[in-house]
Amino acid sequence: MAEIVLEGITKRFPDGALAVRDVDLTVGDGEFVILVGPSGCGKSTTLNMIAGLEDITDGTLRIDDQVVNDKAPKDRDIAMVFQSYALYPHMTVRENMGFALRLAKVDKTTIRSKVEEAARILDLTVHLDRKPANLSGGQRQRVAMGRAIVRDPKAFLMDEPLSNLDAKLRVQMRTQISRLQQRLGTTTVYVTHDQTEAMTLGDRVVVMRSGVVQQVGTPQYLYDEPRNLFVAGFIGSPAMNFLHATLEENTLRTIVGDIPLAADVRQSLERQNAPRDLIVGLRPEAFEDPALVDPGRPGNTFSTTVDVVESLGSDVYAYFTEEDWQPTATSELEELAADSGLSETGASGHQVVVRLNTATRIREGSRAELWVDTSRIHVFDPRTGVNLTHHENRGG
Amino acid sequence: MAGAGERHLTGWALTNTVVIAYALFPVWWIAALSFKDPSTLTDGNFVPEKWTLENYRGIFETSEFTRALINSIGIALIATVIAVVLGTMAAYAVARLRFPGKKVLIGMSLLIAMFPPISLVSPLFNIERILGIFDTWPGLIIPYMTFSLPLAIYTLSAFFREIPWDLEKAAKVDGATPAQAFRLVIAPLAAPGVFTTAILVFIFCWNDFLFAISLTSTTRARTVPAAIAFFTGSSQFQQPTGSIAAAAVVITIPIIVFVLLFQRRIVAGLTSGAVKG
Repeated sequence: MAEIVLEGITKRFPDGALAVRDVDLTVGDGEFVILVGPSGCGKSTTLNMIAGLEDITDGTLRIDDQVVNDKAPKDRDIAMVFQSYALYPHMTVRENMGFALRLAKVDKTTIRSKVEEAARILDLTVHLDRKPANLSGGQRQRVAMGRAIVRDPKAFLMDEPLSNLDAKLRVQMRTQISRLQQRLGTTTVYVTHDQTEAMTLGDRVVVMRSGVVQQVGTPQYLYDEPRNLFVAGFIGSPAMNFLHATLEENTLRTIVGDIPLAADVRQSLERQNAPRDLIVGLRPEAFEDPALVDPGRPGNTFSTTVDVVESLGSDVYAYFTEEDWQPTATSELEELAADSGLSETGASGHQVVVRLNTATRIREGSRAELWVDTSRIHVFDPRTGVNLTHHENRGG
Repeated sequence: MAGAGERHLTGWALTNTVVIAYALFPVWWIAALSFKDPSTLTDGNFVPEKWTLENYRGIFETSEFTRALINSIGIALIATVIAVVLGTMAAYAVARLRFPGKKVLIGMSLLIAMFPPISLVSPLFNIERILGIFDTWPGLIIPYMTFSLPLAIYTLSAFFREIPWDLEKAAKVDGATPAQAFRLVIAPLAAPGVFTTAILVFIFCWNDFLFAISLTSTTRARTVPAAIAFFTGSSQFQQPTGSIAAAAVVITIPIIVFVLLFQRRIVAGLTSGAVKG
């Protein structure tokens, strides 16, 4: 168990590509930290650098107060779970789990008892003498976990350990990993591209994009106070809606009506010298069917044509389109669209999704009134992607 | 449905029988010849009327054949070992590393594999005479290695590419040195490839006639395929058919033993289960 400290960690590949730039991060003793971002954001490279599987171009990496930049993976005392599980196919489950201890020259009886203890925790006892080829996906995944926990290492590094499982099993394993980490209290760095995993598992989440850390914080903090357009769009499911807005006097003109600006937001806009054309972010949760909102609650009611209504049982999602969306598309928005696959659907216009109470009577294809909680808006500068309503920018 | 399945099965059995019979017919023919008495050698029967071991006794009587057998075994084994060891290292590098000149290396080895050996015989003959290795074991081992290395590199690099790289990373994180990772994880998984390659290379060296006849002149390094060509009958009017047949049967035995010994190791799909899929 140990603290992992990254100071100005940078990775430049021989071909000149900059994979990770100047990452500063402290993973506390026993903390569960998630690195999340779309593919190619440098999260796996960062993990590999912590493991020692990739050289660090620049910066210092300390594990347990020791600089380990030039140490081989075997001297770092860390365990890693791979996306592919990387089980040794010629060894039984028992041999797989005991391999690291065998290399460390631990005596046979200790290995046996440790492996059996880990197998008991992971419910693998009956499979101990089988080969990986004869196990199901979920069992293989557990063996990979077992291989990490028998060693009682300073830290666990997990590289998308659940992405090869089917959806149902993934949810089960997610809670199991969470329980296991709490029980063992081992420092864990976990890489995923799935924001749901990031939100549910981590003590803290690190959002990365193009090799740069965008924001670090607890899942709730990232959800409530995203620092920029990218974090806002990446965290949360369904993703935050981005609408075009024009600043006039003290109001923002948008397709969901005119939104008056609070004094501190206005000051922030002035300080940042914001342009007249802005991007407004509203989470699907900020919307509701006006018929179901307390009459006294402040907010805007607007009317639109609902294209699609999806009922999930617990919620209803309604979709409408912002027709006159000007593609002020910043690179962040483009990347978010690519990541969510939205750019592949070829939809015209700009889709807005709202989450409604199941009691709603809104029907597909009809003109409908919608209510939006305007106190929950985020305002972004389209030039920089900075969230102007972030509490640090409000001077609050 | 059961009837259709059965018919399907019978069809397969019939096809297999025909193919096997077609392949084994010449083998049977030469084996039958080798057991025939000289007087019945040309009687046209496929089953010897009088069984005899005379032909076998004959070829082992003089040192001509036994000496050639020792040469064959020695030369083929040494060439195989060197080619497989070098080939394993080269193939691992080709499959796993990025280094300058990799494409050139692959291209060169392909070029060598494609080169018609017959065109090299005269230059090799002269070179080996100048170097003083003509009619020696190294004189055959070196060209055999040259021609079997590309084969070894190609086959083995295909095997190495099949082994997921993650396994090596996992071994490293588990505390293995690069040597341990290779010995305990990569080598056991590459074993089927190594054995397959070894068999292919061995058969190539064992069967070669061209180099063996051109680069040897005495029994010092003459291998069996070449030595058989020098067999003589008991008189100049007699064809050494029986001896040749017996020798042909004898030199097939090591190959059969070699394959039988290692066939259990040549199981494809040993890596299944390492990663999802």
